[in-house]
Amino acid sequence: MKHFRFLVIGVFFGIVLSKAEIISWYRIYEMFKFQSFHMYGVIGSAVILGIILFRFFNNGKIKDYLGNKINIEPKKKGFYRNILGGTIFGLGWGLIGACPGPMFILLGRGVFTILVAILGGLIGVLLYHAIKNKLPH
Amino acid sequence: MDFILEPWPWYVAGPLITLSMFFLFYFGKKFGVSSNLETMCAIGGAGRFNEFFDFDWKKNGWNLMFIAGTIIGGFIAFQWLTPDESVAINLKTMQDLSEVGFSNAGAQYLPDEIFSIDTVMSLKGFLILLGGGILVGFGSRYAGGCTSGHAITGLSNLELPSLISVIGFFIGGLIMTWILIPIIF
Repeated sequence: MKHFRFLVIGVFFGIVLSKAEIISWYRIYEMFKFQSFHMYGVIGSAVILGIILFRFFNNGKIKDYLGNKINIEPKKKGFYRNILGGTIFGLGWGLIGACPGPMFILLGRGVFTILVAILGGLIGVLLYHAIKNKLPH
Repeated sequence: MDFILEPWPWYVAGPLITLSMFFLFYFGKKFGVSSNLETMCAIGGAGRFNEFFDFDWKKNGWNLMFIAGTIIGGFIAFQWLTPDESVAINLKTMQDLSEVGFSNAGAQYLPDEIFSIDTVMSLKGFLILLGGGILVGFGSRYAGGCTSGHAITGLSNLELPSLISVIGFFIGGLIMTWILIPIIF
């Protein structure tokens, strides 16, 4: 099967997020209440190791499986898109306690009601691209 | 083997998330989940209404496979690796949630007040999940990334746009948690 390796990485990622309770609504609520270090530890340690990893990507010490230099695509510049988009995203994340990855992992757990949120996510994407020309970026 | 069945601590989960990201980059791709929502819209035929979605979605097939994998991963973790479904949240968090109207917080993996079938069958419950999903989908594409693309990848790459986005994630999350959730529930 083509892309089988990405299926395997996805399985691994889904198990990690499930087992660390990152996909539990309670953990997200607790994070925004500053009542636990757990989520900060998860994201913080992932980012610190990520910074080190990207050093090795950027200086070419770690190459991809074909031996090519690994390039990290830069994010689009702009203040409004990031602060406004981020805030809108955060409102949703705080309400349903799931960002796009966890939505699908929860579906695998048998939380079928999350399909309503996934449907909402698709509507939100359609809506953004329908009105993006009118938004400040 | 018991440690696998216990909840995994942050210092295990964080590095394993970085490892997942490493493999995606090693195999020539990137770590970004929310763009899959655009791919799904394209598959669904959104290109007929908006030319943005008129792209060859097959080039993102690898990312859809990743998403399919996460669904399987969630299934495996739930079926065989999580004998105890409770989430050991802070006692103070439980009390706060009880005041907002959430009973037995942490006794299950997710609150019935949002995710149970009965809740979603009510108009209010349905609109909460749908509205939350719309905010997540809209905001992630407006900002150009979600937790994976901005908070993990972008911050790892020391990108200013990602720092601004993550600050936005927190502005929104704090407004929701501290001000709106007590009003909504």
